[in-house]
Amino acid sequence: MLDDFMVRAALAGIGVAFAAAPLGCFVVWRRMAYFGDATAHAAILGVALSLAFSVSIFVGTMTVALLMALVVNVLSGRGYAMDTLLGVLAHSALAFGLVAVSFISGVRIDLMAYLFGDILAVSRLDLSIIWGGAALVVALIGWRWSALLTSTLDEDLAYASGINPKREQLVLTVALAITVAVAIKVVGVLLIAAMLIIPAAAARPLSRTPEGMAIAAGLIGMLSAIIGLRAAYVLDTPAGPSIVCVAAITFVATSILRGFRHTR
Amino acid sequence: MSLIQVQDLTVSYGASTVLSGVSLHVEPGEIVTIVGPNGSGKTSLLRAIIGAVKPAKGRVIHGSGVKIGYVPQNLHIDETLPITVSRFLKLPSYVAVVDISYALMQAGVPDLAKAQLSQLSGGQFQRVLLARALIGKPDLLLLDEATQGLDQRGSASFYQQIETVRQDTGCAILMISHELHVVMSASDRVICLNGHVCCEGTPAVVASAPEYRALFGTGTGGALALYRHEHDHSHDHGDHNHDHTEAAE
Repeated sequence: MLDDFMVRAALAGIGVAFAAAPLGCFVVWRRMAYFGDATAHAAILGVALSLAFSVSIFVGTMTVALLMALVVNVLSGRGYAMDTLLGVLAHSALAFGLVAVSFISGVRIDLMAYLFGDILAVSRLDLSIIWGGAALVVALIGWRWSALLTSTLDEDLAYASGINPKREQLVLTVALAITVAVAIKVVGVLLIAAMLIIPAAAARPLSRTPEGMAIAAGLIGMLSAIIGLRAAYVLDTPAGPSIVCVAAITFVATSILRGFRHTR
Repeated sequence: MSLIQVQDLTVSYGASTVLSGVSLHVEPGEIVTIVGPNGSGKTSLLRAIIGAVKPAKGRVIHGSGVKIGYVPQNLHIDETLPITVSRFLKLPSYVAVVDISYALMQAGVPDLAKAQLSQLSGGQFQRVLLARALIGKPDLLLLDEATQGLDQRGSASFYQQIETVRQDTGCAILMISHELHVVMSASDRVICLNGHVCCEGTPAVVASAPEYRALFGTGTGGALALYRHEHDHSHDHGDHNHDHTEAAE
């Protein structure tokens, strides 16, 4: 079954959607959308470094994404607004990454594959890394769920319950870096943030509890992956963007649904 | 045994010292109110007590086995986060349904368990926060300007609820309040704070203290004086030090 590239692609898409759903909910609740974007942009530098030192792309992107997230964590609240800081770090990492790629002689790499992903070229090894990473992210967030949720509601409320919100923020940061690293092959740097945010946003009108929203986001993400891939096959369109398009259409649909409920 | 004891507490944010040499204690069952102008370090004091800021000097001692319930200032719930009142009360750890309905009843909002947090009115929300603080059966309730944003009727009925809670549970209360008339009628003890403890005692003692009058004026105009307080009021006793930079050293 795994010999079929379409099956491997679908499984890869479902794996990414699985990890992105609970994480994406926190990204939406905490207004960290740009943070996800920035971490993903920095990952291009990771791609360049992995090629230069010939280590696995996953290791390279994860290291850079993690470093980037930690630097932001440390520097935030020290004289620069968060969005300025993210803008500086993300785009300089992207620029340095692109320059670094040009220095690598003898290797012609297809940068497009990293910017937009190449889900149809997912190998069995990729698949196991994606699912391993996704399981790790979901386990991490599941383990810290209550503490993360309390910190998201209010930092002082968390402190009063004996939770350190700074530590919980770090958990999210690490989870984000892992997700970026495993998703880069599937949807690419430019569309990772879309897989985090759009399913979560589309799930919002359907949910009454945080857990419900995370599960709904997961289902929407997985369905988007399957339908998007099918559409890409039938219509001969690029696979990664097609997945994001389906998620976006779902978002529009649930928003309209909410509009109807409000007017009633 | 005191429920909490704050000893010689100094709190700084970067180079600015917001509290210096503050000592206070709360005994079982009493209502202690902290008053003081904006920027006098009231909220920092509560944050130090719950452990959200590390003191630069001094310490906060919690009595052994003393449970604290914390009611924050009206907090903002992001519209994107769907959460029901009963789910909110189960954070961060599981609480039985009976305990939830009991806490909501104690806080005066028995029917709100299934409501969405983001759709509550200010008064309802404040009571839900109170219910959450009551769930752990606290020995001490900390309230940080809990009636901010409520109209006069709303805040009067909120304080009535607090009084009922104290009668029912016998818990002590340490609160910050801007509403001097409430403070003066309901508190056992008032602490007047302005970077340091200016004066403290029973409401009658504090109201007649020159330090308090310098901060809040006399008579009913007192509440307005909150915002016009001047830093160079004089103390005619003790050796309070108003020079904050010096106190930071």
